[in-house]
Amino acid sequence: MKTEIIDQEKLSKRDMAYEVINLIPDYASINLGIGMPTMVAEHLPKEKHVMIHSENGVLGVEGRPLESKVSATLINAGKETVSIKDGASFFDSAMSFGMIRGGHLDFAILGGMEVDINGSLANWMIPGKKVTGMGGAMDLVNGAKTVVVMMSHYSKHGDSKLVKKCSLPLTGKAVTDYIVSDQGVFKIENDRFKIIKCTRNFYDKERDNELYL
Amino acid sequence: MSTPKVYNSAKEAVSDITSGSSLMSGGFGLCGIPENSIDAISDLQINGLTVISNNIGNSGRGLVALLKKDMISSAICSYVGGNPDLESRMLKDEIKVTLVPQGTFSERIRAAGLGIRAFYTPTGHGTSVALGKDEKMFDRPCILEKALHADFAIIKAEIADEYGNLYFKETARNFSPLMAMAAKTTIVEVEKLVKIGELSPDQIHLPGIFVQRIYQGSNYKNDIEFKMTKKESGDSNED
Repeated sequence: MKTEIIDQEKLSKRDMAYEVINLIPDYASINLGIGMPTMVAEHLPKEKHVMIHSENGVLGVEGRPLESKVSATLINAGKETVSIKDGASFFDSAMSFGMIRGGHLDFAILGGMEVDINGSLANWMIPGKKVTGMGGAMDLVNGAKTVVVMMSHYSKHGDSKLVKKCSLPLTGKAVTDYIVSDQGVFKIENDRFKIIKCTRNFYDKERDNELYL
Repeated sequence: MSTPKVYNSAKEAVSDITSGSSLMSGGFGLCGIPENSIDAISDLQINGLTVISNNIGNSGRGLVALLKKDMISSAICSYVGGNPDLESRMLKDEIKVTLVPQGTFSERIRAAGLGIRAFYTPTGHGTSVALGKDEKMFDRPCILEKALHADFAIIKAEIADEYGNLYFKETARNFSPLMAMAAKTTIVEVEKLVKIGELSPDQIHLPGIFVQRIYQGSNYKNDIEFKMTKKESGDSNED
């Protein structure tokens, strides 16, 4: 399959959200991590039928509520107020993670700090500097049928976050399927990042890099 | 008729929590937290608590009141992002924090309540979470996680009857019914306390057998951490 070239300098967060949406089939159940992945909910087209799961205990989240419908007891995992759609359900945390661990959830979309060529993901701590905790991420990456990491391609210092081997503490070992970055869409395949599509700049710069296929 | 489970106040319901107790507290962030019990516990002269709660408070509120009074020596939780009071104490080693993946956290609590001693799960395999734990190969490698018990659980429900049957609202349910099952003494505060028979058996999310104490709560803040709304036209805004 030929690599598709995106005729842009880089993808905006909105473009990235659309690339993630393209990976998700109709009627899939999906979980959106805190931060950039929540943008996926904002950009889902009306005709796309998906059930958004939030691990704090709801299946069937639907974007933001009207002011008049705001409820302090109806939030997503990012602690933001949300609304729900017809067909939604509420449940406790054990059942919520049972859905995940039991293999019933189709997609998990998470943020990342590093992903390596085996699909290992690091996204929950920088030793000595920053600790957020893993929250539900370790369960999600081991349980969801397909794991998509959505993140900027380079760190603030310009280092690639797609690496040969993760240096930060792992969230999961060999768990990632796809990466959607501001440089393109990548699939973990044969211990390499297979480029599904990418920007022209990226293609010219990295096509011969041994990490990419 | 009032049952022996019904207490008059938060103060009365939490009065026998002593230094060194283990305490579960329901709520996800600030959603569904037992506000009245936390306030009442913060007035007790105790310390050395082991607190088991997903976030140990958030945004300076909830269980952060106990953190600020140095009542907590050990915390078991899954996420500290959004809780700078806990994160700073943790990085300075002022408090022992054990981070547990949220699904494992929930299931360990559920297991405790339901008599399961331990279980194998793939979550955390190949990470620092697996250190020191038994590993076993099933269809894929798994690690052994043990049940998590507590002396007390403080939780909030929307409605309780006087037997302790509970009904929760929306996503305020989260860890609360699990913690109610796992603790020796479960203390429930409610928005609305009703007579036995007023809740339909079909409405009950947690049977009253798991509940030891109930009281009518008051003055709820029901804080929202991030209020996101959309306008009628569909535009989004945040305040």
